[in-house]
Amino acid sequence: MKRIDCLGAIYDDLKECAVVTIMGAVAAELYSLGHRANFFYLEHAMGLASSVGLGIALAQPERRVVVIDGDGSVLMNLGGLTTLARYAPGNLTHIVFDNESLLSVGGFPTATSTGSDLSAIARGAGIASTGTYTTVEDFASATRSAIASSEMNNLVAKVEAVGPAGFHMDLELLENRFEFARALRPESS
Amino acid sequence: MPVSETSSKAIYDALKAADTRVISALPETWLVHLIRMADDDPEMALVRLAKEEEGVGVSTGAHFAGARSAMLMQNHGFLQSINGIVSCSLLYKVPLLMLISDRGHLGEPDPWQTEGGRYTRHVLDALRIVHSELRDQDTVQHQISEAMTLALSSLSPVALLLTRDLMWETPR
Repeated sequence: MKRIDCLGAIYDDLKECAVVTIMGAVAAELYSLGHRANFFYLEHAMGLASSVGLGIALAQPERRVVVIDGDGSVLMNLGGLTTLARYAPGNLTHIVFDNESLLSVGGFPTATSTGSDLSAIARGAGIASTGTYTTVEDFASATRSAIASSEMNNLVAKVEAVGPAGFHMDLELLENRFEFARALRPESS
Repeated sequence: MPVSETSSKAIYDALKAADTRVISALPETWLVHLIRMADDDPEMALVRLAKEEEGVGVSTGAHFAGARSAMLMQNHGFLQSINGIVSCSLLYKVPLLMLISDRGHLGEPDPWQTEGGRYTRHVLDALRIVHSELRDQDTVQHQISEAMTLALSSLSPVALLLTRDLMWETPR
């Protein structure tokens, strides 16, 4: 299963959501499918994408929030899973693309390549609804249900360690940041 | 516990007056009353963190979503948060009001706090983060209001150091 195919399968479902992604391949691939004002690519601060999503979800309980995370980033902030579990905002969906690799920085294997199970860790952290997906169809269907549900969900998608040829995006960091905040203003929703 | 409840109340009231809607916090002795006040307030979203750096992300999200926020932490929590502050709030120009208990400074009896206290102001200065000390209950409201105003207008972190004089009530 390729991440780009997973993203393509849920792209239309992200239209009404506030979407926060991690840096690198995830950001570049979602961007390549077509940038939208409601997409924010956190191009640094590894580990904090889910914390940013939590802040949005708590401040705007009516808005659907989707965080698109990765194994390397989640492993940098495992404590953040316990914080997500504690507040578990029903409007938040936490997707983790697990390619068992730090693909964007040389492809070195992460601990998920040697047995660490992020869905089991999420469950152990207290996130009741979590699952691991290995086909695009199952992943897309679970993501659709998760976005629609009133429960916080964690979805771990096991994907191949392949990404785009480059990570360039014709979008300045601050341009993305201000555009995203504007898109979240209640009058624009 | 000789942590000042009246000073804590003055700080909490000032945060409310500044329209703070989200507080993220990691407990330490001087912050116990403040965190309880946030917990007891149905209008406040209190986020109890596992590690302080998460709070930078929470405040960033809250700001994007139009809510004012503050972080409550010890100076060691501030030191723990540096990467998040640099690569989230400074890089993306996001307001971040930090209330930092000023442990390890004059009068500190706990040996384990003293090393961190030596660096707090220097690290704030190195990051060009505007900071000020909260020392007097009578000026807390004004200082917090001004710190929030500057954080929002400069789109930057601003730090207020909660001093022993303000937070601790034992005879000195």
